[in-house]
Amino acid sequence: MSNDSQGPLWEVFVQKKPGQPFIHAGNVHAFDKEMALQNARDVYSRRNEATAIWVVPSDQIVASTPEDVGSFFDPSNDKIFRHPTFYQIPDGVKNL
Amino acid sequence: MTNLALFRYLLKIGDDLLINAQRLCEWTGHGPFLEEDLALTNIALDLFGQANAFLEYAAKVEGKGRDQDALAFHRNDTQFLNAKLVEIPNGDYAQTILKQALIDSFRYLLYQELVKSSDQTIAGIASKGVKEVTYHRRHTHQWVIRFGNGTNESMERLNNALGNLWKYTGDLFESDEDDAMVEKSGVGVAFHKIFPAWEEEIKNLFSKSNLRYPENVWMIKGGRKGVHTEYLSYLLNEMQMLPRMYPDAKW
Repeated sequence: MSNDSQGPLWEVFVQKKPGQPFIHAGNVHAFDKEMALQNARDVYSRRNEATAIWVVPSDQIVASTPEDVGSFFDPSNDKIFRHPTFYQIPDGVKNL
Repeated sequence: MTNLALFRYLLKIGDDLLINAQRLCEWTGHGPFLEEDLALTNIALDLFGQANAFLEYAAKVEGKGRDQDALAFHRNDTQFLNAKLVEIPNGDYAQTILKQALIDSFRYLLYQELVKSSDQTIAGIASKGVKEVTYHRRHTHQWVIRFGNGTNESMERLNNALGNLWKYTGDLFESDEDDAMVEKSGVGVAFHKIFPAWEEEIKNLFSKSNLRYPENVWMIKGGRKGVHTEYLSYLLNEMQMLPRMYPDAKW
């Protein structure tokens, strides 16, 4: 346990409706899995915001760093053939 | 069954909820950490909602033109029929949590019976409420287990809380002729009928929490008849002050 008396941090992901992706909502403090799940429910889904919740210990998240931005994300910008802009999108197709 | 018997039965349930919620609100802004502060306030809000529903129906059954606010704010302590356990001060966090866990089990088992009520209003309130109470019970029981398996200090505090609270638990299960009438007509359950299931559930909780289930403790009763500890008077004074000083206040 850390010196912080509120316990370790957990990242919270909520799903608004079944089938939709889980979206990062924020984080909570908790000392164990069950407490993390309950705290996430109380903090992020008090008003019907979720139908499912994931909690993940914050120190288990592997993240890219600001130094990675150039090598990770820039190269795709100048290659027009990577972007699917040459297709006709049929009428009535949503969420594309 | 008379209307008066049902009215009193609904007051017992509604007053348990109202006083329980008002006590929990004292923790608002003082919880041990932010998330737990929110969790407890959430529980209190659920209980206020249920209290509102039961007292609204009680007022309707009484048929004297009162509403739920009149019942909440314009009765004196001897007219409240809540069990004594809900009015006992919060104490430390172990005592607040243990008290809530004991009440949550009672309320959960009560609602499990009330969903079968022949009275549609009561069955409706209970079936909505049972989902909320299922969560309250999960939250508080988990905390009791944590305290009971935590540090020497948490176990000592939990045991002290048990010593302070246990003598008031019997009051939850006091039943009178009114309750018997309500039960006979299929509208509700007499509170003492819930005790065996409650005892089994609490014994199970205590065995997971390294707590000894107290046997043969003399119980302090009377809440269901309107006999209360002085703690209730102070609580009501604070809760009722505004509507009594400014009867027509709107906000």
